[in-house]
Amino acid sequence: MELFVNQVLAGIATGAIYACMALAVVMIYQAIDHLNFAQGEMAMFSTFISWQLMQWGIPYWWAFLLTLALSFVGGIVIERVLFKPLAKAPILTNVAGFIALFAILNSVAGLIWDFTIKQYPTPFGSSPFLGSQLISTHQAGMIGVTVMLLTLLYLFFQYTRVGLAMRAAASVPESARLVGINTSWMIALGWGMAAAIGSIAGILIAPVVFLEPNMMGGVLIYGFAAAVLGGLTSPFGAVIGGFLVGVFENLAGTYIPGVGNELKLPIALALIITVLVVKPAGLFGRPIVKRV
Amino acid sequence: MTAMLNVRDLRAYYGQVQALHGLEFSLHEGSVTTLLGANGAGKTTTLRAICNMVRSTGAIEFDGATLVGRSTENIVRLGIAHVPQGRGTFTTMTVEENLHLGAITRSDKAGVVSDIERMYGHFPVLKARHTQQAGTLSGGEQQMLAVARALMLRPRLMLLDEPSFGLAPLIVRDLFKILGKINREDKVTILVVEQNAQLALEIADKAYVIETGRIVMSGNASEIANNEDVRKSYLGY
Repeated sequence: MELFVNQVLAGIATGAIYACMALAVVMIYQAIDHLNFAQGEMAMFSTFISWQLMQWGIPYWWAFLLTLALSFVGGIVIERVLFKPLAKAPILTNVAGFIALFAILNSVAGLIWDFTIKQYPTPFGSSPFLGSQLISTHQAGMIGVTVMLLTLLYLFFQYTRVGLAMRAAASVPESARLVGINTSWMIALGWGMAAAIGSIAGILIAPVVFLEPNMMGGVLIYGFAAAVLGGLTSPFGAVIGGFLVGVFENLAGTYIPGVGNELKLPIALALIITVLVVKPAGLFGRPIVKRV
Repeated sequence: MTAMLNVRDLRAYYGQVQALHGLEFSLHEGSVTTLLGANGAGKTTTLRAICNMVRSTGAIEFDGATLVGRSTENIVRLGIAHVPQGRGTFTTMTVEENLHLGAITRSDKAGVVSDIERMYGHFPVLKARHTQQAGTLSGGEQQMLAVARALMLRPRLMLLDEPSFGLAPLIVRDLFKILGKINREDKVTILVVEQNAQLALEIADKAYVIETGRIVMSGNASEIANNEDVRKSYLGY
């Protein structure tokens, strides 16, 4: 029983990270109808920036906030420079753009910070949380930060004018323009926020997976699985999907014989395919009907 | 009366296909003008060209400001509200959020709140449903919401595209009565595109008849309503 509870709690902790990545993916998907394959590399790059800031002697939380701000600006710049010009381009052109971004960020990170694995600090420590062996303080911190982030995002989208405008621009762009919303900048803002959310995921998971240019590969696949499971059209679904995938991953690794740590990733891919076949809209998404 | 909107030599294109062939017309401040014509004549295209939602050339002047080349959202910010065909409802949001979106460019919070109450006065059914998802409203209710959303901008000019489309005749009457009231009380200039020519001519001061992308007739609404050709083609008697 203790093993089960332990695995579920650990699953919720990593699930929080998947939830962040899924949310970032969904935000960009809502804005431009494409999956951002480079979301993980963007998060990795942000994490390296925060590491660099700490190397220069900036305290953890200041580095954290500064990285958030830099990632936000970086996300906007990427949208303006690379994806705004591709807005009307065919789907494959956009996919090529994402792959290019992926490759560029990955190699540039390797060039600047090399490919050796680095330790990454945690401000929460890794002692047992509240004296319990079930969960560590860092895992509790991951959950805490994510819940805080999600609450803030919810308040932003529900109760601020910009949040309302962003939702409008994502749901019916033409009507949004007709009430005077600059939809193009709303998309850029979505990119900035997605980049910032991703950077939080990267910073929180780095102490677990260690810092290196390929650290987010697996995490992003789980993020995609979470987004697909919850529904690509539903930010709420993406978050729920993240937690479900985290728990599912751990339980499958523990209880299904032969899965262990090695086969966890194929499990995520199997999950993506199963959802796409059985319920393409995901748990909370709305079915997409296109007129042809 | 001065012309508020002046359209000269307006040409519009969908890809290679030209939909408007040098349209000329003007709207007087405070008036209700209707654009009549058969399906595919270019009525919707004309409204879309005013808001730069279709590629077009020519001159469109609104209160001295040139509209051609301006982005849709900037044109809206000048005080032109467009109720599009199909209503453009934000279906996943609540009725009240839809109204707030109509006023998203305004910064006078108190004014927005009192305007929402005014809209509930015009359309009591919206008040009853204000927390409901807009997509769950009936067609008539969504049309009222679309008109209310457009009015939340406090527009000087309102463009309406087929407001009667798909609505029961009684609801259409109500809607047009309210449009007339809004025109008189709030001094909103209205340009309405309508298949229901009879109804449109009742509230309109001026009418233009458009055929295959050209204005073929214009005049006071009463003259147009009595014109033999118009009666045969559009009024059916």
